[in-house]
Amino acid sequence: MILIHCPYCDDTRPELEFAYAGEAHIARPLDPSALSDADWERYLFIRANPKGRHNERWRHVHGCGRFFNAVRDTVTDKFELTYKAGEPRK
Amino acid sequence: MTRFSAFSLFAKALGGHQSWPELWPDAQPKAEYDAIIVGAGGHGLGAAYYLAKKYGITKVAVIEKGWLGGGNTGRNTTIVRSNYLYDESAHLYDHAVKLWDGLSQDLNFNVMYSKRGVMMLAHNVHDVQSFQRHIHANRLNGVDNEWLTAEQAKEYCPPLDINPNARYPVMGAALQRRGGTARHDSVAWGYARAAAALGVDIIQNCAVTAIRRGPDGAIEGVETERGFIKSKKVGVSAAGNSSVIMQMAGLDFPLESYPLQALVSEPVKPVFPCVVMSNTVHAYISQSDKGELVIGAGTDQYVSYSQRGALHIVEHTLAAICEIFPLFRRMRMLRNWGGIVDVTPDRSPILGKTPVPGLYVNCGWGTGGFKATPGAGDLLAYTMAKDEPHWINAPFNLDRFRNGRLIDEAAAAAVAH
Repeated sequence: MILIHCPYCDDTRPELEFAYAGEAHIARPLDPSALSDADWERYLFIRANPKGRHNERWRHVHGCGRFFNAVRDTVTDKFELTYKAGEPRK
Repeated sequence: MTRFSAFSLFAKALGGHQSWPELWPDAQPKAEYDAIIVGAGGHGLGAAYYLAKKYGITKVAVIEKGWLGGGNTGRNTTIVRSNYLYDESAHLYDHAVKLWDGLSQDLNFNVMYSKRGVMMLAHNVHDVQSFQRHIHANRLNGVDNEWLTAEQAKEYCPPLDINPNARYPVMGAALQRRGGTARHDSVAWGYARAAAALGVDIIQNCAVTAIRRGPDGAIEGVETERGFIKSKKVGVSAAGNSSVIMQMAGLDFPLESYPLQALVSEPVKPVFPCVVMSNTVHAYISQSDKGELVIGAGTDQYVSYSQRGALHIVEHTLAAICEIFPLFRRMRMLRNWGGIVDVTPDRSPILGKTPVPGLYVNCGWGTGGFKATPGAGDLLAYTMAKDEPHWINAPFNLDRFRNGRLIDEAAAAAVAH
């Protein structure tokens, strides 16, 4: 089990307290009806799925309940850092 | 190739089994091939075999970064079934089940396909209704599937606990009698041996590092750790690493890779006669011919290429196993491991052409690719040989994520599979 640092609680807790919520920094289109099929596909389905550094969302479900972002290496599963939602991509 | 037979076994036994030939030679890459398959798992080796056998394309290389059959082919729980809800899926998976029948004879290699039956347990009213819908849909598609009461399920699988006071009582089950298990390693070895005998080069420990495209965008070949290999046709069958390979060709794919875990118990005498799956409590179990209980756990929640998973996932599955089969509560587990599965948004595979001319893909099988091994190999070979998909894999194209014609088995089964 991995340990995750919640930037809101400022505490490092076991993975069981958290829920993974997919790739980070995918913004919902501001004008959905103007989107092409290709753009919809990209927004809905295409994911980076990198082998290495990954920006992703987590939620501290059994804690403060808030969403935050993290950078994790997908080969080692080690967390590089976590940061609050709304902060720019790191 | 020495043909395996009762006679050859007898003859070699007289010599103390000292003169068995190697199953396939350790090939070195040539400068050019008619077709290259990336990934020497069951699917990739199957594709190479069918390219050579059915379409006469024998100048084929299978390139593998690790060892043959060392990825998900060697890491799954060996379950074979085809009881999928949608017409497209039923055709796809049943095509594979039909090929499983007779595969040992075709390859002259015992893949130990055992039609011991796959039983899926219903634990609540929703399961009962959903499975009965599956059964009717399957039968309309010519796929066998039948409903069992809890008592009939108990009779088919005596270790099952059907106590109505259980936390998740067994209310019935769907049984596909043609389903069962096969020996996963044998499938890879059998395809490798048969393909090599037809002239296919199997090149292990040789990772693909780049995909070279010409000025017109078409495939020219692949860069590998042992140099450039030229080919106008490249088929990618790389499971969890598919997105990485496709990005080498400049394509972003609708895939995410997750660790999926499995484990086996200490070996015991025959105690478990079939395969039992429960989507609701999430447990998969069967017994190998070696005597180990083979148990499938779930995926970890996060994207990863680590080929291992967290222990709480395993614990969760074992809790479910102990609940349904109380007699296994004192069993000791021998080892557990993880494989990286590439999951699509609709939990159906992508098998066909790509926007890059000469580049073909077989990916997205998620947590359930082993059962499809012969079918996926056959259909990838067809698609590469004809440069167009077979009608069975035509719906499993990449375009469906753009035009919305998803084959949503995720919603149909309510579980990753």
